[in-house]
Amino acid sequence: MSIARQVLNCSRFTCRSAHVTCRKTFTTSQHVMMSRHTHAKRIEGLDKNVWVAFTALAADPSVVNLGQGFPDIPPPSYVKEALAKAASVDRMNQYTRGFGHPSLVKALSQVYGKAYGRQIDPLKEILVTVGGYGSLFSAIQALVEEGDEVIIIEPFFDCYVPMVRMAGGKPVLIPLRVKSGKKTITSADWFLDPDELAGKFNSKTKAIIINTPNNPIGKVFTKDELQMIADLCIKHDTLCFSDEVYEWLVYRGHQHVKIATLPGMWDRTVTIGSAGKTFSVTGWKLGWSIGPEHLMKHLQTVMQNSLYTCPTPLQEAVAQGLLLNYELMDQPECYFTSLADELEGKRDRLAAIVEEAGMTPVIPEGGYFMLVDVTALNQDLSHMDEDEAYDYKFVKWMIKEKKLAAIPVTAFVGEESTKDFEKYIRLCFIKQDSTLDAARSILKSWTKV
Amino acid sequence: MGIIRNIAASLVLLRQSSVKNNHKVIMSRRLHARRTDGVDKNVWVEFTQLAADYKAVNLGQGFPDFSPPQFIQEAFCKAINGGPQMHQYTRAFGHPPLVKSLAKFFSRIVGQDIDPLEDILVTVGAYQALFCAFQGLIDEGDEVIIIEPFFDCYQPMVVMAGGKAVYVPLRPREGSAILSSGDWVLSADELASKITPRTKAIVINTPNNPLGKVYKTEELQMIADLCIKHNLLCFSDEVYEWLTYDGAKHIKIASLPGMWERTVTVGSAGKTFSATGWKVGWAIGSGNIIKYMKTIHQNSVYHCATAAQEAVAHGFEREYELFGTPESYFQQLPTMLHHKRKKLASCLESVGLQPIMPEGGYFMVTDISSVKVDLNDLSTKDELYDFRFVKWLIKEKGLATIPVSAFYSPEHSKEFDKYIRFCFVKEDSTLDAAEAILRKWSQKE
Repeated sequence: MSIARQVLNCSRFTCRSAHVTCRKTFTTSQHVMMSRHTHAKRIEGLDKNVWVAFTALAADPSVVNLGQGFPDIPPPSYVKEALAKAASVDRMNQYTRGFGHPSLVKALSQVYGKAYGRQIDPLKEILVTVGGYGSLFSAIQALVEEGDEVIIIEPFFDCYVPMVRMAGGKPVLIPLRVKSGKKTITSADWFLDPDELAGKFNSKTKAIIINTPNNPIGKVFTKDELQMIADLCIKHDTLCFSDEVYEWLVYRGHQHVKIATLPGMWDRTVTIGSAGKTFSVTGWKLGWSIGPEHLMKHLQTVMQNSLYTCPTPLQEAVAQGLLLNYELMDQPECYFTSLADELEGKRDRLAAIVEEAGMTPVIPEGGYFMLVDVTALNQDLSHMDEDEAYDYKFVKWMIKEKKLAAIPVTAFVGEESTKDFEKYIRLCFIKQDSTLDAARSILKSWTKV
Repeated sequence: MGIIRNIAASLVLLRQSSVKNNHKVIMSRRLHARRTDGVDKNVWVEFTQLAADYKAVNLGQGFPDFSPPQFIQEAFCKAINGGPQMHQYTRAFGHPPLVKSLAKFFSRIVGQDIDPLEDILVTVGAYQALFCAFQGLIDEGDEVIIIEPFFDCYQPMVVMAGGKAVYVPLRPREGSAILSSGDWVLSADELASKITPRTKAIVINTPNNPLGKVYKTEELQMIADLCIKHNLLCFSDEVYEWLTYDGAKHIKIASLPGMWERTVTVGSAGKTFSATGWKVGWAIGSGNIIKYMKTIHQNSVYHCATAAQEAVAHGFEREYELFGTPESYFQQLPTMLHHKRKKLASCLESVGLQPIMPEGGYFMVTDISSVKVDLNDLSTKDELYDFRFVKWLIKEKGLATIPVSAFYSPEHSKEFDKYIRFCFVKEDSTLDAAEAILRKWSQKE
């Protein structure tokens, strides 16, 4: 199969301008079969995926899974009850409005109207999608094409690069860097170099993707940092896709700022949110994009030609959850606040566990992931002869030998930045105390060896 | 004071207009990607809104107005109250219990050992399965043959993938009174003439929406022969596979010799279990082709919702055991719809309309050329006759249907603008209400 493909690729290269003729010159039936059943060019090189690899490894029930980012704590009961209730209504089991179930877009308009300090039109400025992932896809497909450059900040949630490439765009990477002289202890010590960033913008730059709170570092971009990015967007007439799925998970002393609220930014920003992350129901796969009509209408076009509508009962239940918490906003009972409180405790617990084991945590200001520097362990992995970055080898070794799963951080960076990030692994702490305890036992016995 | 206020007001106006100009200057270059050009219009958005605005009796959009069967609702409830893992991510390409039950169920029907992990992709409705097929397999310049009338999304999906749609219409058989969807046929010569070296795939839909045609083995064999001869892919949309009437049998083109390795078969839990709002669908085919669709899926939505997949898995387990027996929902639903089909047909005939009896599906196309109405609505004067008629029927009579030319290419729509589509997967009370409207109307004439 691979030889046939190589042959195909070679001949494609030589016959670029005579595409049709080339197909006909293949004489063996197998090559004819291949030339018809080849995939579309848009997916070339996009088949690999870190999750597919590591989810399989961590699926062993004896492995303590601090890898993939989903809670093993239950979602709030009222959200499950709302779903059961919605499912019992006939109409809720049939198609709803394509761009978003009316009660959900109204609830989103209310909650975010308050967060943005502006009136948000539920029908024209909101699109409900299959998770935050689906919103990223809709935005990129709607607004990025061949010839466009898209700036992506490393480390980035891994799907940004393949999505930009699938849309024909060119990813332009810029790493977050550690402040010199500082031993990194919090995500606030990672910053964007203003000159370096400015240097990445040019006339082809269509958009910049930002993620705050950031996955995997947990950095919460400050208003000044966002202003710097905004200034460049306005100067270069660039769009901004702001992935804010962890927006409610911001810890004491920090504040989530929406770049779309900065002057001049509403008109050029698509902001993405997630019910899965908001209500600890990642398996519901509901998210949303919010932005100005002149951008959102193109995302709606993509939606209407890709999956048309999202499941109805799930949308109804999320609407109920949002309305309930809207009433409680800024109070301790509000889930947006109570979850952050709960997670802050887990964050601190995990950090202590990690330090006890001789590793160095990067304390996140937001989100539910923690970067851990494993350099001090000095783990010898030379016996693993795969040509992979250190963190990939470390995580595979750790899953196998220590029964503890994490995610390698170089999965979130481009090749050039690998050497700066390969001593880090990512741990997820939205886990039951029993899971964190199990991790602690493993790490304790580890250092004893 | 007045002067200052005036000046201040003028300044504000000046500032506002310059801000407005700034807004217009945003993205002085092109904003949206070219792939979204020409695919922004959508018949459903327009007509669903209209039906809602006029509170019409809705025989337009295709979804049941009755509940899904109890066993599937119970399965969903059970999943919702299952462990916390029911509310978190499941396997991206399909929840393991679901792909296993689909593989088991359909292996028996197709006569092919279907690998649950390699040969199946679960998607957000059959709609997304079609999207993955076009995006994963159709490239710039590829031609895709679409048989008309077609479910409207095929054309924009081909366009968005950079492909070129080539149309072949079903035509009423010469000489016979067109009484059944079986009388609409594909010309083998006409189909063969549309194939070029650029043809990559052919899309078929059986049972067909809107006509209700259920392709016979010979018809599928004719298509299969051409697919094999020209090495084409086949996308077979079979979402209405359980809804066949009067002994018509649903045949899977993938089960014909030489077709498994080149066919993507699309199915829908929404249509199968009368739960369109769950948006669970699937694509089944040779792993060599499904893998490309998986790449699209993993870079677009990645996962589908877990709990609904769990419920559908239970549904298929149940149906596997009851298959062929009277308790099977796959027997009960077509039996129930058979009665509704009859009811709607006689109601339409009694008011002088000419329905085309569908052999399958839950739609009925009706010839309206004999109806004389004064479509004096100026706002629709540039539209095709059936579009104007349907809008008039919604506004003046409170009855919603869908114009059939929406299911035809721009090249052929004018030839087929005297038909409208009724959906009969509705409560008897809805069908009764429609009947009352039609009777009243015919009495006035």
